[in-house]
Amino acid sequence: MKSFLVQTALFLGVSLLFLLLSPVLKEGINPYLFQILMVMGINITLAISLTLINGITGQFSIGHAGFMALGAYGAGGFSVFLGPKLAALGLPPLVSQNLWLVVSILFGGGLAALAGLIIGMPTLRLRGDYLAIATLGFGEIIRVVITNLDFVGGARGLIGIPTTTNFFWVYFVCLLCGILVYRLSHTPRGLALSAVREDEIAATSIGINTTRYKVAAFITGAFFAGVAGGLFAHFFGYINPQSFTFVKSFELVVMIVLGGLGSITGAVVGAVLLTLLPEFLRAPQAFIPLPLPEFLTGFLGQVSQYRLLIYSLLLIVLMLTRPQGIFGRREFSLARFLGRKGTEP
Amino acid sequence: MEFLQQILNGLSIGSIYALIALGYTMVYGVLRLINFAHGDVYMIGAMTGFYTATAIMKYQLPLPVFLTTLLAALVVCGLLGALIERVAYRPLRNHPKITLLITAIGVSLFLEYGGQALFGPDPKNFPQIVPDRDMIPASSLSLTLIDTTIFALTLVLLGILFWIVHHTSLGRAMRAVSENPRNAALMGVNVNRIISLTFVMGSVLAGAAGVMVGISRPKIEPLMGILPGIKAFAAAVLGGIGNLPGAVVGGLIIGLLETFISAVNIGGKSLSSYRDAVAFAILILILLVKPTGLFGKSTIEKV
Repeated sequence: MKSFLVQTALFLGVSLLFLLLSPVLKEGINPYLFQILMVMGINITLAISLTLINGITGQFSIGHAGFMALGAYGAGGFSVFLGPKLAALGLPPLVSQNLWLVVSILFGGGLAALAGLIIGMPTLRLRGDYLAIATLGFGEIIRVVITNLDFVGGARGLIGIPTTTNFFWVYFVCLLCGILVYRLSHTPRGLALSAVREDEIAATSIGINTTRYKVAAFITGAFFAGVAGGLFAHFFGYINPQSFTFVKSFELVVMIVLGGLGSITGAVVGAVLLTLLPEFLRAPQAFIPLPLPEFLTGFLGQVSQYRLLIYSLLLIVLMLTRPQGIFGRREFSLARFLGRKGTEP
Repeated sequence: MEFLQQILNGLSIGSIYALIALGYTMVYGVLRLINFAHGDVYMIGAMTGFYTATAIMKYQLPLPVFLTTLLAALVVCGLLGALIERVAYRPLRNHPKITLLITAIGVSLFLEYGGQALFGPDPKNFPQIVPDRDMIPASSLSLTLIDTTIFALTLVLLGILFWIVHHTSLGRAMRAVSENPRNAALMGVNVNRIISLTFVMGSVLAGAAGVMVGISRPKIEPLMGILPGIKAFAAAVLGGIGNLPGAVVGGLIIGLLETFISAVNIGGKSLSSYRDAVAFAILILILLVKPTGLFGKSTIEKV
């Protein structure tokens, strides 16, 4: 009971911190850094939601960008087409903006979750690499269909989405997603997910309905990917099918593999590293407010040209030397980090 | 005539898919791995062909252009296939399948972005090394020398492949390894060598496909292997993965369907932009309805 109170207080405290930081960061740091910060938050949510499917439940999906696309187009389309109606209600702008954002990203998330259900029910019977290629196929089909939908702009993309995403919502969603996935994986029900990952036949034999759990994980993951997509759409105000190719899906896979497949903190670290690293290489001056020697920025600029090459090399070397990623399956714990003996949850 | 023409076009692109699909199916047969990098080997084949042909034409070397180009692509791709297997896959052979799959994705991305760094990201024009001559000028059907070359080359390569697999001791060893690597090893088969050679053979076929696409659709670029790679994989699954004739049939079917979809008009709106979704839709349908593919498990013939 006490720990529940502490946790709730912590949750509210962190949320409040995000709320307070939100206007400060928007005005206080340069727009380039702010954009990176927002993209990072969106990537964290995506990575955590993919961890639930790939890491914790062990179903290897490489079509996550498809769910993100559905969320982005669902939420963006919702705002674009129904936006004028809400504006006519005459609510104060602060309320209407945030309310509208939440409703539309929930709509986007719902759409992605629905797709997760439709796609998950049949495909999750497949195993391993077959599932991987089927999810890849679905992700691509979603993108091709969107490209052919004229009312959302087709290949030109959807414009005119209100840019209402702020720091608070992005990181609040990260927090929610992280807590949810963590709680989910540490309840008896969540242990069933791990059981499905470890051995499906054994899990079935102790009475776990593996299909149900797999689909449930898939839907939850898809929902958060959709929400992240919605935030993405409402941050940039413009979306294009080209942002959601399987290259994006691969990028997300690299993030969670780098951090450690199955670890939530690993997913966060992976997302942060892989968002910051390319930006840092491209423009180190924006991160370090000191006059940097020219040869250094020049060198980093050279490196940044080959960043995608470096990613792929990193992935191969990582798999060959440390296939379990940075954290393995464990979570980062301060106690263990400081050398004390951590208590297992 | 229009219909026949579409069939010819479909078979032409289908042959290319078929050759790539064979590589997927062979590697899957011996390693149970979707070799994601296979589509990029095909890209390397096209690039090798491009540089060889350009060099021959520029320095006017006294060499038969087409044959030398083809040979160069085959050799480079074969070596590349063996190298990929040795460096990236062999050390991980006893790890979980997912580790291998992620490594394959890594190798694929490495070849794509390495290709961009090495060759530059812009599309290149493959030099015309096979003249664009119509073989039957009397009819309205257009069967070019290029298409004829593609068909002939495909048949020759298939003939060689099937001869190797069915009539040599190497082929018998390959079939044994795909049946059961451990038992094959007990029977004195050098499993590592066979797996290596399987990669070489699959990659050689992909290299040939790369040159073929170079002569028929001359725009080549470092990311060109991604989509045909996945489509060819779909073709392999369609025919029943691990099954050699299945891969060929699957490739031809996907090529034909794609061509037909592109030609369909509904209410004045062309469906050609849905072309790329066709292979995926078929793939998913097959996986759901008959995961063993067209040539089901009972007749399966693994390499």
